Amino acid sequence: MNAFWIILTGSLVATCCSLLGCFLILRRMAMVGDAISHAVLPGIVIAFMFTGSRDTVPMLIGAGLLGVLTTFLIEFFHRFARVQADAAIGVTFTWLFAIGIILISVFAGQVDLDQDCVLYGEIAYVPLDLIITEGGLSLGPRTVWMLAVVTLLIGAFVVLGYKELFLTTFDPAFAAAIGISTTLWYYLLMGAVSLTTVASFESVGAILVVAFLVAPPATAYLLTDDFKSMLGLSVLLGIIASFAGYYLAVWLDGSIAGAIATVTGIEFLLAFLFSPTHGKLRSQKRVQTISH
Amino acid sequence: MILQVENPVVEVHDLTVSYDRKPVLWGIDLTLPAGALVGVIGPNGAGKSTLIKAMMNLLPVSSGYVRIFDQPLKQVYSRISYVPQRESVDWDFPASVFDVVLMGRYGQLGLFKRPRKADKDAAMEALEKVGMQSYANRQISQLSGGQQQRVFLARALAQNADVYFMDEPFAGVDIATETAIIQLLRLMRDQGKTVIVVHHDLQSASEYFDWVVLLNMRLVASGPTDQVLNQELLEQTYGGKLTLLSKVGDLLRKQEFPAREKS
Repeated sequence: MNAFWIILTGSLVATCCSLLGCFLILRRMAMVGDAISHAVLPGIVIAFMFTGSRDTVPMLIGAGLLGVLTTFLIEFFHRFARVQADAAIGVTFTWLFAIGIILISVFAGQVDLDQDCVLYGEIAYVPLDLIITEGGLSLGPRTVWMLAVVTLLIGAFVVLGYKELFLTTFDPAFAAAIGISTTLWYYLLMGAVSLTTVASFESVGAILVVAFLVAPPATAYLLTDDFKSMLGLSVLLGIIASFAGYYLAVWLDGSIAGAIATVTGIEFLLAFLFSPTHGKLRSQKRVQTISH
Repeated sequence: MILQVENPVVEVHDLTVSYDRKPVLWGIDLTLPAGALVGVIGPNGAGKSTLIKAMMNLLPVSSGYVRIFDQPLKQVYSRISYVPQRESVDWDFPASVFDVVLMGRYGQLGLFKRPRKADKDAAMEALEKVGMQSYANRQISQLSGGQQQRVFLARALAQNADVYFMDEPFAGVDIATETAIIQLLRLMRDQGKTVIVVHHDLQSASEYFDWVVLLNMRLVASGPTDQVLNQELLEQTYGGKLTLLSKVGDLLRKQEFPAREKS
């Protein structure tokens, strides 16, 4: 049963992250996911200090606010200070993460949190924190329920906002010209990334979140030329990685999150080498672009 | 020679646009007539693209306002379409030609609604108009420059708007595409649409457009082509460079070289 819950947790995180990651990598903003997943740390600590508990909701709110603040600061530095986008990302998230670390170390006695927990998470503990009804019936791990809700929200967001997300990602100028707000959809997407990151960090850690945000979408990008297939494939690749990663970790008796992230990397490498359209070891059958 | 028209389709009043506090467009007052094929012409860095972007509210303006059909832009989005510069998007994006053309329908569809059959038919019809129907399922990275431009044009056509803004649609396309595009633009004008085109080739300008806007940070001229494209106004627009340009132009015409910029 533990294996089931752990793999389910991994798959739910993989689903949210892969869906959003497809939009991020096509916007050349993959590292924003990295930034958000680290920069939420002070938000979590502050929420913890205010409420004194590790309840999910205040932490989601605290971290979510910091996530949106992070994207806002990145945009602000990029646009008004005219720093390159990647430099703006680097400055913002290291700074916020560092503040989080100071907060943890200063209030170490009162805060039941540490950097390792945020960075690496511990997916193996997921089945230990169960929701048990008054009748003594176990409803399964708390984390799984929370992630299931988040996955539904992200899925609904991507399905309902599909055409706006697709258009503002491909051609923001045209989107703006026909009256679709690029700013609104940018912040909605970033809000969704923050929510996913925060909901996942406790169980799988920031590093696996980043791996799921970037590797499956990048792999799917190499495998297909159709955006809807890319969304579907990246989810599938993320779920496969959760399964394979779990059994790899059991076999090696090592870290589960580490093994899952490793499998996403192996998937990318295989696609890079053997993809029917972009693969380096396949003959180039594609029609060459003619340039004028 | 700045001619203002009655009942303009596009009205620009005292428009100033700055980048980094440096003005790139200064006090533009401009009206454009309905059913005209308008060329926006000027040297590099004259603010031609900036002008049409500012008309569509894609840029923050320092002063002035734009009205289209005598209404603020927000109320007429569905009647406006835009053909951005071809280089402004990533053509390796995982999308088919049909996906891109269908985007032209997104504005009318509204939030949460998926494209219906009528939208797909309109997209296909637009592809036929630009002669690209057999490419509908082609991945966009496999297109040539001219084909990319046709796809962008088809996307704007699918929208069935009344005013079209086009940023350098003739840049870096083959001669067949250029001819096809200009024929299509004339057809649109004959149907009463207004088409505003940023253009940099002076030679073809007199042949293509019925109304010309000459721009070099300030508005130099705006009026019917035959009244605007004369030596004096062109010299005001291009400064001393024009003498060289006209000499090269004459030379090319004599030798019948196709004068086109390579992209």
